[in-house]
Amino acid sequence: MKYELVIGLETHVELSTDSKLFCSCGGHSSPKEPNDCVCPACCGMPGMLPVTNKHAIELAVKAGFMLNCKINQYTTFDKKSYYYPDLPCAYQITQWFHPICVDGSVQVGERTIGIKQIHVEEDAGKLVHDEATNTSFVDYNRTSVPLIEIVSRPDFRSSEEVITYLKNLKAGLQFAGISECEEGAMRCDVNISVRPEGSEEFGVRSEIKNMSSLSEIKDAIEFEKVRHIDAIERHTEMLVQETRRWDDVKRRTFPMRNKETAADYRYFPDPNLMPIVIDDEWLAQIKASMPATADEKALKYEEMGIAAKEASVLSSDRKLADTFDAVVASGRSPKVVASWILTECMGQMKRLELDSLDIDTAKLARIIELVESGEITRAAGKKVLSAVFESDVEVDAYCEENKLNAKVDEGFILETVRKVIAENEKIVADYKGGKTKALQALFGSVMKELRGTGSPDVIRAMLEKELN
Amino acid sequence: MFYINQINAAGTIAVDDTILIKGTPATAGSKMLENFKPLFSAEAVERLEKAGYSIAGKTNVGEFGLDLLGETSAYGAATADGKLIGAGAALVAEGKIKAALSVDLNGAPRRAAAVSGVDFIKPTYGTVSRYGVIAAACSGEQIGVTAADAEGVKEILTVIAGHDSKDGTSLPDEKYEYSTDADVSAMKIAVAKELYDAADAAVKAKIDSFADALKAKGAKVEFVELGIIAQAQTAWQILMAAETTNNLSRFDGVKYGYRTADYKNIDELYVKSRSEAMGFLTKATIIYGSDVLAKAKYEKCYDKSLRIRRVVCDRMKAVYAEYDAVLAPACSKAEYAPYDTADAFEKVFAESLFTAIPSITGMPAMVTGGVQLMADSFKESVLLSIAKSVEV
Repeated sequence: MKYELVIGLETHVELSTDSKLFCSCGGHSSPKEPNDCVCPACCGMPGMLPVTNKHAIELAVKAGFMLNCKINQYTTFDKKSYYYPDLPCAYQITQWFHPICVDGSVQVGERTIGIKQIHVEEDAGKLVHDEATNTSFVDYNRTSVPLIEIVSRPDFRSSEEVITYLKNLKAGLQFAGISECEEGAMRCDVNISVRPEGSEEFGVRSEIKNMSSLSEIKDAIEFEKVRHIDAIERHTEMLVQETRRWDDVKRRTFPMRNKETAADYRYFPDPNLMPIVIDDEWLAQIKASMPATADEKALKYEEMGIAAKEASVLSSDRKLADTFDAVVASGRSPKVVASWILTECMGQMKRLELDSLDIDTAKLARIIELVESGEITRAAGKKVLSAVFESDVEVDAYCEENKLNAKVDEGFILETVRKVIAENEKIVADYKGGKTKALQALFGSVMKELRGTGSPDVIRAMLEKELN
Repeated sequence: MFYINQINAAGTIAVDDTILIKGTPATAGSKMLENFKPLFSAEAVERLEKAGYSIAGKTNVGEFGLDLLGETSAYGAATADGKLIGAGAALVAEGKIKAALSVDLNGAPRRAAAVSGVDFIKPTYGTVSRYGVIAAACSGEQIGVTAADAEGVKEILTVIAGHDSKDGTSLPDEKYEYSTDADVSAMKIAVAKELYDAADAAVKAKIDSFADALKAKGAKVEFVELGIIAQAQTAWQILMAAETTNNLSRFDGVKYGYRTADYKNIDELYVKSRSEAMGFLTKATIIYGSDVLAKAKYEKCYDKSLRIRRVVCDRMKAVYAEYDAVLAPACSKAEYAPYDTADAFEKVFAESLFTAIPSITGMPAMVTGGVQLMADSFKESVLLSIAKSVEV
């Protein structure tokens, strides 16, 4: 029998706010030591009251616009109670009754993925276990950092669709400035079941909790698919609805303790936080501040004459796109800039094993300008770019120091051309005898002598002039 | 025991130990917070200090402010002549301090003022910042002022009331003006019939004489059946217990406060710390609050209580459309003897009949001359003026 995978995702994303969700502690100031980004509020001292971070609300609304959601203009915060040492108040402030965004959808290839809701909530802290002393420590730096949870409907049918969705989501969130989506800042719970193809009913569901790497998510889905089909076909086990975790070392999922999943969270509206009313004016302001999405950007790039494939790569990464936009804005031709970013810059990134493109866009623009105007050769341009990547050198000063300027010394070029002609009598004879290809060999020798600094057009013109 | 911590013998204002003062231990009357030193002061305390008042000390309270008259304090109840008295109100009555700040979450400071014969006001919810109050029942608890007379209450309330951005439920008005000289002769006062009937003879006599004094001023006084008394009482019990349960869960022995000496794992740390450090009434309230918040009961308990709150507000708005204020007992008896606190949960619930309406509606209430006056939101001046007019 053929089987169909049915997958729904709950994706937690850290919001790019300057401070935490309900206090003024810096949320993203990369604290260095445990508990150096905490205050009485976010470590659960009595007497403190939560005050909502308006920017977090705006970012959540932006995520709602991005995923074509209905924005609930009346939205509330609720308390979710459970005891755990990393949760200092023993409750998490989240949105249970009136989430901020509902009923959205997003396209993944041919498939439409429904978005059930997006809600805002605070993160928990972190436990650090010291095996040596058999002690646990709590670090509250992360408590109350704002998150959104994006809950999809069970509309995915393959791990590939899940990965594409997550990649697009990440790119979109970065583009809109909603989340940096740094390592570990995007976490997924995957709900998965299997059913005979064509069936309308859902199979028994497993929830795999808290995964952050795309490869783990893919592997976990593939593992669960096999486990579920085996259970149905070969009765290897009785499937039960349960929460599982992925063990990346053992390469399989394991059930989590039932205690953690059977909890009654005793949700109720937080009396300390008044309902938030997002009036039409505020909503319009947030909408107006939305940047173009990755798809819109790709389309715009294509209209600028960039090939579809290149436009797609450029727009998929915020750093690439921002660099492209900035350099084009400085007056360089889009096609040329695209080529420099996708070939030369990405080559340097690969060589130096960099994850993201962090280059002074003014320097890249200057290099391209110099090459385009013939001041330096493309080969010299590459050399400068490499130096900029390695030690952030000043472009013009570097060209000067290394005598890369193609236009400076035409006399020296002519001298070299004459020298090469004098030293290669046979090739010169061949050329004069009609072998036009011989010119290329002479040209190569001149270039070699000049170590790539002369303008190719100038050299070729001089060679021809001297030979005829 | 009157003071948990005496700070300044020459100070004129005392604050309940549920209200924080930076660096001074704050116990909330519980063993759980025996050595807890807060890192900041309550907004109300800051405003008093800024206005030049000096704080005399932290007064004893029942554990987390949940009880009748302070009898559940882990540090021993305040008593006089074998009777229970609220510490702050008693100090005011004795003339040792000018005023006291107390958190009214289930009527304790109102009862304390009634038995000590001093004035106390619980202002409209949201007019005095709750920043720096050891929270229990957030949706109804409110800092109030005890003083010897209406002018004293007005003076201190004027200092502490007004918007505070650190409290998300704080109302927007920067300051409030209160008056004690509204014309009482033109007022219509309703006496809450059911509450009058539920009080003993001594309390009824106080209501009668207060009503007579008002009539003598020309005010119209008549009995009115409010009709939603029992519903308000039960709904507030549910909301109060649920919120208290939730707020007290942070006292778990992990971060600060009491931690059991011996535990094998985190669950045992929680259970033993909380079992050893919390008193009977607190535990009973937590069990009740956990139950009403359970998924299976949420709709018919907590959610329904929120709706009852709306109904009670509507009913009281209708009453206040016709009457300037409601006159009622603050408690069933004129005095209370110490009792076995294993009965506290039932006793407090029974007495909350008299205090529940201002608690659940957030509307103001004032105790003066041993009786309680209630009014519509922001009508503190009506209460203060009535109180002043009857003072001798």
